[in-house]
Amino acid sequence: MMDAKIFFNDIYKSQDQPSDLLSAFQQKNWDSFSELDLPSVKHEEWKYTRIKNVFTEALQYNLDKSDFSKEELAKVILPGTSNANTLVFINGIYQSHLSQLTDATEKWTVKSLNDASTDEDAKFVKEHLGCSNVYHTDGINALSGTFAAHGTFIKVKKGKQLSQPIVIYHFSDSRFGFRFSQPRILISIEENATATLIETYHKIGNHQSLTNEVVEVCVEKDAQFRYIKIQNEGVDSNHTGTTQINQLGKSTAHAVTISLSGEIVRNNLNMVMGAEYCESHMYGLYLLGGKSQVDNHTIVDNAMPNCLSNELYKGIMDDSSTGIFNGKIFVRKDAQKTNAYQSNKNILLGQNSSANTKPQLEIFADDVKCSHGCTIGKLDEDALFYLRARGISEQNAKALLLHAFAADILQQIESEELRNYIDSLISERLTLTI
Amino acid sequence: MLTINNLQARIEEKEILKGINLDIKPGEIHAIMGPNGSGKSTLASVLAGRADYQVTGGSVQFNGKDLLELSPEDRAKEGLFLAFQYPVEIPGVSTTNFIKSAVNEKRKYQGLEPLDAAQFLRTMKEKMKLVEIDQSLLSRSLNEGFSGGEKKRNEIFQMAMLEPKLAILDETDSGLDIDALRIVANGVNQLRTKDNAFLIVTHYQRLLDYIVPDFVHVLYNGRIVKSGTKELAFELEEKGYDFIKAEVNEATA
Repeated sequence: MMDAKIFFNDIYKSQDQPSDLLSAFQQKNWDSFSELDLPSVKHEEWKYTRIKNVFTEALQYNLDKSDFSKEELAKVILPGTSNANTLVFINGIYQSHLSQLTDATEKWTVKSLNDASTDEDAKFVKEHLGCSNVYHTDGINALSGTFAAHGTFIKVKKGKQLSQPIVIYHFSDSRFGFRFSQPRILISIEENATATLIETYHKIGNHQSLTNEVVEVCVEKDAQFRYIKIQNEGVDSNHTGTTQINQLGKSTAHAVTISLSGEIVRNNLNMVMGAEYCESHMYGLYLLGGKSQVDNHTIVDNAMPNCLSNELYKGIMDDSSTGIFNGKIFVRKDAQKTNAYQSNKNILLGQNSSANTKPQLEIFADDVKCSHGCTIGKLDEDALFYLRARGISEQNAKALLLHAFAADILQQIESEELRNYIDSLISERLTLTI
Repeated sequence: MLTINNLQARIEEKEILKGINLDIKPGEIHAIMGPNGSGKSTLASVLAGRADYQVTGGSVQFNGKDLLELSPEDRAKEGLFLAFQYPVEIPGVSTTNFIKSAVNEKRKYQGLEPLDAAQFLRTMKEKMKLVEIDQSLLSRSLNEGFSGGEKKRNEIFQMAMLEPKLAILDETDSGLDIDALRIVANGVNQLRTKDNAFLIVTHYQRLLDYIVPDFVHVLYNGRIVKSGTKELAFELEEKGYDFIKAEVNEATA
């Protein structure tokens, strides 16, 4: 088996030389990767997720262009988003010719990270690119950084409200073999701007895929950022993704992560509350079957006083699937009057399904309100009997209860059309027929 | 309508029903009374099909069908209704949608077209008046955060919507204040026809002031030890259950 370092080094060396700023960034990341390598299950943060094998299989990584038609996109357009700002990424690379920017460019820009690193945004790129590696010293983040030059930069300008969400469609083309993609996105939500980002993933072809993504978002004073990640890519898609939201000023961030399929899926979601009176919301739903394994690692870092964070993740595991939740909350010494809440609830349906849940609170301030809780259980037998005693079939009664369990996560999706669409995917999965 | 013959049931290793015989005809109201732990609620649960209980002997015929062979949902669709002693709170399931599903599942079973939105709404409005239940309650999650009285009224409301042939009221009166009791009883009385029947399980005679039973049975230690008319209920109220216990113990001594 080929060594990952040798393999990636060849590709790294054969890249076109990017800007000085990105060259230095890539080199720094390559050095880290060389040192750290890919994490094994001995790494505490990867205890339950055996990712190394997937990466080893991924050593057919190339940056070839795929022949891809707009029809592929039309097939997967999310309901209610036909007028959205649509960005298409193929094999991790942004495709401007397939994308559609409906909001005027005076409100926002999309460009290559390489361009951004040499123009008026260079200062921002220098300061914030790679901010997520503070929390992830596991080689995977560094591997993304090694190829950051093909990344994308998005900026929503000061005081501007995007009238439409930004929807990113990630396509992995696995028609000719295992597909490894590394989308890398840096986003600036400037002062008093408002934007919603939706990410969704699709695989074309029958081979396996692995997407290693890093999204870094900086949210300035009085800005609002909403984020929805929808994962329903298929049973042979793997994913390691990090989304870090840095709240640089008093701002609101809201994230919903919906995972419905995948082979091995790891989502890191970090919210860093870097100013007083920030508000962060994190919601997640994982509804798994087969042998899917979905691992949600979240970090809420309360660095400043008077912030509020709320977190609720729910999982339903059928068949032999595994759901993993690890929620870290840091309350730093200065972060007095922090309110931080966290909850993770799991229902096991399958005989061989499992859930691992681990809340981790590290509190260094002394005047805070923090709570956490986690449950792993089966469907409530009393509730089931109550529904059946009214003439509702066992199957529908189960589906109704599971659907109800998922409902408070779905409610967090603002767009009614999108919410109904995801609701219908869930009802379909639960075979709800009433 | 319902014929129970020597019914025996247990939960885990504990024998609770030790041979129940009961015959209920259309148009009749039967009351089952008895001290705590006599098996009243077990009888109600076994008839509704709760899986925690294991039937170890006897038979139950319901409109010519072997009730014990039917799943809980099919019992409901055949026209059996259990008003729960402790209605379950189910967050996230809207009361209205739940009742609509239940009504239409039953109609499907009966070979009828499902009620459309307008028909359903009309029926609902009509039945809401019957139990003096408010619309705002029905748009909330099923029983979630309902008071005790609201939960019981919701049970009677569901009964009114489902129009069962046989309704079993499991201690529906427990924990109700006098106004709620009157509303619940009034609902039952208005739903009473010559074709349906009621089995009212209660610890106290109080409810029977409002719903007049044709027969009163006393359950003690897993058996019906005494049957009579409504006068028996008054006697129990006056003397307490001790005299029954004494009679039974004397007979078996």
